[in-house]
Amino acid sequence: MDIDTLLPTLLGLAWLLPLASFVVILFAGPRLGHHGKGAATVATAAIVGALALSLVAFVTWLANHPVGPAGHAEGAGAAHASADGGGEHAGDHADDHAAAAHGHQAGPHYSGDWYTLYEGGRLRLSIGWYIDSLTVLMFVMITFIATCIHVYASGYMHDELHDVTDHEVHVAGGGHLHRPGRFHRFFQALSLFCFSMLGIVIAGNLAMVFIFWELVGICSWFLIGFYYERKSASNAANKAFIVNRIGDFGMLIGLMALWGALGTLDFGDSTAPDGRLRQGLFSQVRPEVTDHALWVPDGMVKAAAADNVGRTVLEHAADPRAGVEAIESKVDGWREIGFGRWLLFIAGLGIFCGCVGKSAQFPLFVWLPDAMEGPTPVSALVHSATMVAAGVYLVGRFYPVLTPEALLVIAYVGAITLFIAATIALVANDIKRVLAYSTVSQLGYMMLALGVGGWVAGLFHLVTHAFFKSLLFLCSGSVIHACHTNDMRKMGGLLRVMPWTGWTMLVGCLAIIGAGVPFLDIGLSGYYSKDSILAQALVFARANPGHAILFWAVAGGAALTAFYMFRLWFMTFLGQPRDHHVHEHAHESPPVMTYPLVALAILAVVAGWTIGGFGVANMIEQARPVGTGLGEAGRYLFGGVTIPAEHDSHAHDVHVTASLVAFATAASGVLLAAAMYVWRVLSPAAVASVLAPLYGFLANRWYFDELYRFLFVKPVLAVAALASAIDKGLIDRIIDGLAWGAKQVAGLDAWIDRNVIDSLVDGTANATWNAGLELKRLQTGRLRQYVMFIALGTVALFILASMLFRSSLAG
Amino acid sequence: MNGLPCTAAILPLLAANPLTEPVGVIHYLVVGAVLFTAGIACMMLKRNALGVLMGIELVLNGANLNFVAFASPYLQAEGGMSLGLDGQMIALFVILLAAAEAAVALAITLNFYNNHATVDVDRADDLKG
Repeated sequence: MDIDTLLPTLLGLAWLLPLASFVVILFAGPRLGHHGKGAATVATAAIVGALALSLVAFVTWLANHPVGPAGHAEGAGAAHASADGGGEHAGDHADDHAAAAHGHQAGPHYSGDWYTLYEGGRLRLSIGWYIDSLTVLMFVMITFIATCIHVYASGYMHDELHDVTDHEVHVAGGGHLHRPGRFHRFFQALSLFCFSMLGIVIAGNLAMVFIFWELVGICSWFLIGFYYERKSASNAANKAFIVNRIGDFGMLIGLMALWGALGTLDFGDSTAPDGRLRQGLFSQVRPEVTDHALWVPDGMVKAAAADNVGRTVLEHAADPRAGVEAIESKVDGWREIGFGRWLLFIAGLGIFCGCVGKSAQFPLFVWLPDAMEGPTPVSALVHSATMVAAGVYLVGRFYPVLTPEALLVIAYVGAITLFIAATIALVANDIKRVLAYSTVSQLGYMMLALGVGGWVAGLFHLVTHAFFKSLLFLCSGSVIHACHTNDMRKMGGLLRVMPWTGWTMLVGCLAIIGAGVPFLDIGLSGYYSKDSILAQALVFARANPGHAILFWAVAGGAALTAFYMFRLWFMTFLGQPRDHHVHEHAHESPPVMTYPLVALAILAVVAGWTIGGFGVANMIEQARPVGTGLGEAGRYLFGGVTIPAEHDSHAHDVHVTASLVAFATAASGVLLAAAMYVWRVLSPAAVASVLAPLYGFLANRWYFDELYRFLFVKPVLAVAALASAIDKGLIDRIIDGLAWGAKQVAGLDAWIDRNVIDSLVDGTANATWNAGLELKRLQTGRLRQYVMFIALGTVALFILASMLFRSSLAG
Repeated sequence: MNGLPCTAAILPLLAANPLTEPVGVIHYLVVGAVLFTAGIACMMLKRNALGVLMGIELVLNGANLNFVAFASPYLQAEGGMSLGLDGQMIALFVILLAAAEAAVALAITLNFYNNHATVDVDRADDLKG
C-alpha cells in the first residue's frame, strides 16, 4: 500500500479502536466477566492495539522520511535553498526532509478526507486527517501512556469490582453511602477519552478539532465526577466543564473569524472533485508569494475592509464584472494600510482562548487542581499527560496562523501561569495538588516556549513532560493507594516499604527539574526540553530587551520547580514516619501497578536522548510548519516584537548559558528543599512563620477561587436568584392564574357535558330500549298466531291496495 | 256491494253462475282458492305440528293449481315468445321445494318431539323475543 493511504489507514484504525471498546463496554459492560472485570481487558486490548498500529505507523514514517540530525548541522543556509514549498501533498517532497527542517519548504505531511459530512455553498464539513511527524509522535506517546495507565488502573480500581462503601459520603440517617462498583464505567469513559484525544491529534480541520475538543471535555467531566456522590467531586467536574466553556467561547469566536473571512477550516490543501485547488488555512496565511512569510490573506483583508468593498461595488454599479476586478486590484493596497491585521490577530487569540481553558492557563487554570478529585489514573492520563496537552498541541498545530503579537500574548500568559502555579505548589500539602500545580506550571512553560518562537522546544517539552508527569502521578497514586491519604504531612519514610514507587518517583522528579550534566550535555529527558526552552527564552530576551522578564520567569520557575518537587519527594519517602498508623499499613503496590511505573521511568529518562541523529526533537523539527523557521517581526501592536528563529537558540554561547542557568537554578532548589526537609538546617515552620503573610497568600492559592467567587460566581448567583424570584413571583403566578381559569372553563364544560349532552344521548338510548321492550311482546312464539297475522295482513294489504289503486285495477 | 274495492273485478264473475258455465279458468281458480283457504285455516287451527305441515301442503298446492290454470294455451297472448309451459315449470319447482321443506320441517318436528315429548306448536315458543 502506498504511504499516503497506509498512514491514514493505520492511524485511523488506531483512532477507532478505543471507540469500538467504548461501544462494547457501553452495551455489555456489567456482563463482561465477573462484576464487569472484563471491561478492563477490552479497553486495554483496544489501546494496546492502537499502540501497535501507532508503532507500525511510526516505523513506516521513519522508513519513508528518515530523521536526520537537525539543528546545528543544517545551518540556516539550507533555509533559503528553495521556495518550492507550496505542494502540500507531501509525497512530492518526501526526499527533501533535511532541507525542510529549517527552510521554506513544508515538511512531509499528508492531508485528506475520509468522509464529507456536509457540503453546500462554501460550507464544507468533513472528517479528515492531517498527518505529519508530530501527529505520528503524538499517537505513539498518547497510546503508550494510555496503555500504561490502563494496566495500572485495572489494579488501582479493583475496589470498584465489588460493592463500595464510600467513607467520604454521609447519607441521611447516619452511615456511609453504599453503592455498586462502577469498574466497567471507568474503563468505558477512559476508552471514549482515548478516542477523543486521538481524534484531536489526527484531525484535518479545525471543526473536527472542535468536535473532539468538546468530547474530551465531556470525558473529563465523566472522569472527574467519577465519585459523583461526593459533593467535592461533582463540584470539581462542573467547575472544570464550565471553566472550559469560557475558553471554548473564545475558540468559537476564532473559528467564526477564520470561517467568515477565509471560508475554510482545513489545515492543509486539498483538491476538489472538479480539479480546483482548495486552499487550506496554512497556505492562505503563508502563501508562496511571500516566501511563506506570514501575511494577511485576501479574504481577511476584504472582510476587514468591508466598507471600502461596498463603496467600490457602488462605484461600479453599472458593470459588476468591472467592480469585482476593481476590488481585486485594490486588495493589495488595503493590505498595505493594515486592513485585516486585527482580524488575523483576533482569530489567533480566539483559538488560543480555547487552549487557555483546556491547558489550564492563567486565568482559567483554577479547574485543574480541583480536577484531582477524580481517580488517580485519570489525573495521570487526562489531567497531566494528554488532555491538558491538547491545548499546547493545538497552539503548535495552529502555529503558522499566529501573528507575532499573538505569540507575545501567549508567552506572557504562559509566564504568568508558570509563576503563579509554581508558587502555589511550594506550600501545597496534598500530594496530588502539588503535582496538579506542577502540571499547570509546566504547561505554562510549554506555552511560553511556543510564544517566544520555540516551536520545537514547546512541543518537545510536551512529549517529555507527558512521560514524566504521568510517571509522577502514577507514583503518587501508588502512594495514596498504600496510605489511604493524600496528605504529605502524614507520610514520610516510605522509601523502605515502597522501594519501586520511591525510586521511580525519584527518576520522575529528576526528569521534571531537568537534571543533567551541563558540559557533557547528558541528562534526563526534562534536561533537554527545559534547556531548549531556556535557550529560546534567552534568545528572545536578547532580541527584545523589553521582554527580558520572560527569561527570568523561566529561570525562576525552574528553581521553584526543583524546590517543590524535591520537597514532595523528601516529605513522602525520606525521614521518619510522621504518622505511624499510616506507615504501618503502607505496602508496595502489586506488580500490575509497578510495571507501568518502570516502563514510564525508562521513557522519562531516555525520551530526550538523540541517538545517531534520531531523537524526538529532530522528529518534531521535521514537522515544522513551513515558513516559521526564520523568526518574524511584528511591528503593529505592543510596540513591536521580534520572534527569533529557533535555530539561533542552538548557538553555542546561548546553549551553554542556558544549561548553566538551568543547572544552577535546579540545584539551588533541590539544595534548599534538602536543607529544609532532610538536613533540617532550616525549619519549614519557622520559615512559614517569618513569611506568614506570603505563606498565607500562597496557601490560599493567591485567593483566585475567592476572587472568582466574588467577581463571577456571586454576581451570577445574584442574577440567578433574581431570575428565580421573577420566575416564582411573576411568571409562576401568571401561569397558575391561567391554569385556574382553564380549570374553571373546564368545569363549566364538564357540567354541560354531563347535564345536557349526556341526557340527550341517554334519552335517545332509553327511548330505543323501551320501544324494543314494547315490540318484543309481538313475538309471542305462537306459530298459529303468526299464520293468522300473515293471513289477515295479506287480506288487509290487499284491501288497502285495492282502495289506493282502484283505478288501475278497474282497468 | 258498493263499498268493496274489488267489486269491479269480481262482478262479472259473480254475474254468471259457475255451476252452469262450461269448465273454464274460473273453476280452477275457485278450486285453488278453496284449497288455499283450507290450508290457511288448517295452519291456523291445528295445534299438531304435522297438521300445520299438511296445511302448508294445501296452501302450496292451491297456488300450484293457479299456476297451471293460468298456463292454459287459451290465455296466452297472440305471438307470445314463451314455450307455453311456464306455469307447469313453476308448479314443478314448487313441488320440489315443498318436498325439501317438508323434509326439513319433519326433521325439526322430530327433534322437537325428542326434546319436549310433544308436537304441539303452541308449546314451541323457545325462540320468542
